[in-house]
Amino acid sequence: MSDDTTTERARPEAIKAVPVRHPGRWIALAVIAVLAAMFLHLLLTNDRFRWSFIFLEYQEGKRGVMFTEPVLEGLRGTIMLTISSMAIGIALGIVIAIMRLSPNKILSSVAFLYTWFFRAVPRLVLALLFGNLNILWERIGFGLPFGTQIGKLFGLDNFDGQFYSIKASDLIAGFVAGMLALALSEAAYMAEIVRAGIQSIDTGQAEAAVALGMSRGQVLRRIVLPQAMRVIVPPTGNEIIAMVKDTSLVAYVPVTFELWFQLTQVSARTFVVLPVIVAALIWYLILCTVLMIAQYFVERHFSKGYGATAKAKQRLRDIQVEQGGRITGEVP
Amino acid sequence: MTGEMVRADNVHKSFGSLEVLKGIDLVVKPGEVCCVLGPSGSGKSTFLRCINHLEKINAGRIFVDGELVGYRERGGKLHEMGEKDVAKQRRSIGMVFQRFNLFPHMTVLDNVMEAPCRVKRESKAEVRDRAVGLLERVGLGSKVGNYPGQLSGGQQQRVAIARALAMRPKLMLFDEPTSALDPELVGEVLDTMKDLAADGMTMVVVTHEIGFAREVGDNLIFMDGGVVVEQGPPRDVITNPQHERTRAFLSKVL
Ligand SMILES: Nc1ncnc2c1ncn2[C@@H]1O[C@H](COP(=O)(O)OP(=O)(O)OP(=O)(O)O)[C@@H](O)[C@H]1O
Ligand SMILES: [Mg+2]
Repeated sequence: MSDDTTTERARPEAIKAVPVRHPGRWIALAVIAVLAAMFLHLLLTNDRFRWSFIFLEYQEGKRGVMFTEPVLEGLRGTIMLTISSMAIGIALGIVIAIMRLSPNKILSSVAFLYTWFFRAVPRLVLALLFGNLNILWERIGFGLPFGTQIGKLFGLDNFDGQFYSIKASDLIAGFVAGMLALALSEAAYMAEIVRAGIQSIDTGQAEAAVALGMSRGQVLRRIVLPQAMRVIVPPTGNEIIAMVKDTSLVAYVPVTFELWFQLTQVSARTFVVLPVIVAALIWYLILCTVLMIAQYFVERHFSKGYGATAKAKQRLRDIQVEQGGRITGEVP
Repeated sequence: MTGEMVRADNVHKSFGSLEVLKGIDLVVKPGEVCCVLGPSGSGKSTFLRCINHLEKINAGRIFVDGELVGYRERGGKLHEMGEKDVAKQRRSIGMVFQRFNLFPHMTVLDNVMEAPCRVKRESKAEVRDRAVGLLERVGLGSKVGNYPGQLSGGQQQRVAIARALAMRPKLMLFDEPTSALDPELVGEVLDTMKDLAADGMTMVVVTHEIGFAREVGDNLIFMDGGVVVEQGPPRDVITNPQHERTRAFLSKVL
């Protein structure tokens, strides 16, 4: 019946007004256009960029420097380093965050000390430290803790209590050292992010879940973490993007299996500097663009049940039902 | 089993140096609706939360359906229950909160299905049928696919009731279920609760809705300062309070 009252009255003429002028906007637009043109002009006409060196052919019969075998290999290394150190960093970060929030004082202090240490030490220093850790031990393996000392106690001189061991320089050299340095440092930052996420969730949520008989693990996995993800994902995206770039630090471990190291090698061989830097820049841009697109979809997944879009969609559906399907349309 | 769904014997509870419950005694028989009334800070929520062991009591005993809550008595000594056993006890005690506490990242249907599927590991198809049935019963059959954020407060609270019922509890605890609602939404939630009471559910309801207490309650207790000041049939307590404090409180709410 409310329908009738709205349709009976004649609809007034649509408003046709002269819009407000914004001269400031036009001036800004002109300035930006000039700057953009200057930049493009620089890119296209300054042949010191040596675009063909970057894209097409950097030496007789070879591909552009971006696509040569060692550089692509380095790119693969950078991606693997990013994925593995972030995977370890996130997993360990969650564990440390949970320890930090535990009522057990010992667990939470250990977690606090961990984040304190690894946030205080610069990643570059950490990478160098891990690259040289094998100076401390000759062999690393699984076995009894304090095996040698226990052996001495029983009068055994060559007993070391090791079940399995390998040379330290084989285990923590190069890639693994770099990965560990990045992963352990990342875990400290991720722990803080996850903790903030968990603490942002109303305690009533965990309480309601516990009252339904859910275990602490279930509450965390099913109720708290999925909601905390909304808070955790955006800064984690930042962290991953920062990590892509920080992988270049492990060139000092040294790790040869990495993009920046490989490109600087090309520089050293060919004495070409700027185009190589530009090539690196382009690769990092591409990697981070892909990550940002991925982040968009992940964020959208974890915002289920929140936000304007979900509500708008539901409103539209309700209106469509009320109007008997006469209104159609999509919410962007 | 024992003819007593809830039995509280001299329950004490302190937060640090603040003693909130100072010896609460209460018996709720199966099928009874017990309404709890009292001024703010008198320990009503705390007592309710002790019944399903969300809070540990410092002294006294609470039994639900004849079973000691949160502890086991062996050889005259009390042993704390492990997390698993406490969770098991909570399964049969439903709880409804003042602020609903629905899980906002799940649809209404998933909210209701979560505990039976994950905690009791019942078959999904069966739980779905039951959940839809419960949602229809609370008048929300058309909202199964919505997220809690898309519902009104009254609708959310009815979902919360359905969520608790999905575990087939033998006892329901309500902590001021209508206090966070706009006045015109209070009725729909109270109606749902009246239905439930008529079906024979045992309920402990903390509420300021005197009308509900009078109409539905079998027993009314008035708490103040951590003790039960007065209890009896709601009609008697409301129309003819014996204690000064009860009178003072009622004159403010009525
Ligand atoms: N976790 C806690 N830690 C410390 N003090 C608490 C805690 N929970 C409750 N209290 C205190 O216990 C007292 C009783 O609280 P409770 O929530 O049980 O009151 P209530 O009767 O439910 O009041 P209301 O009607 O306002 O809900 C209050 O003084 C409160 O500050
Ligand atoms: Mg309360």
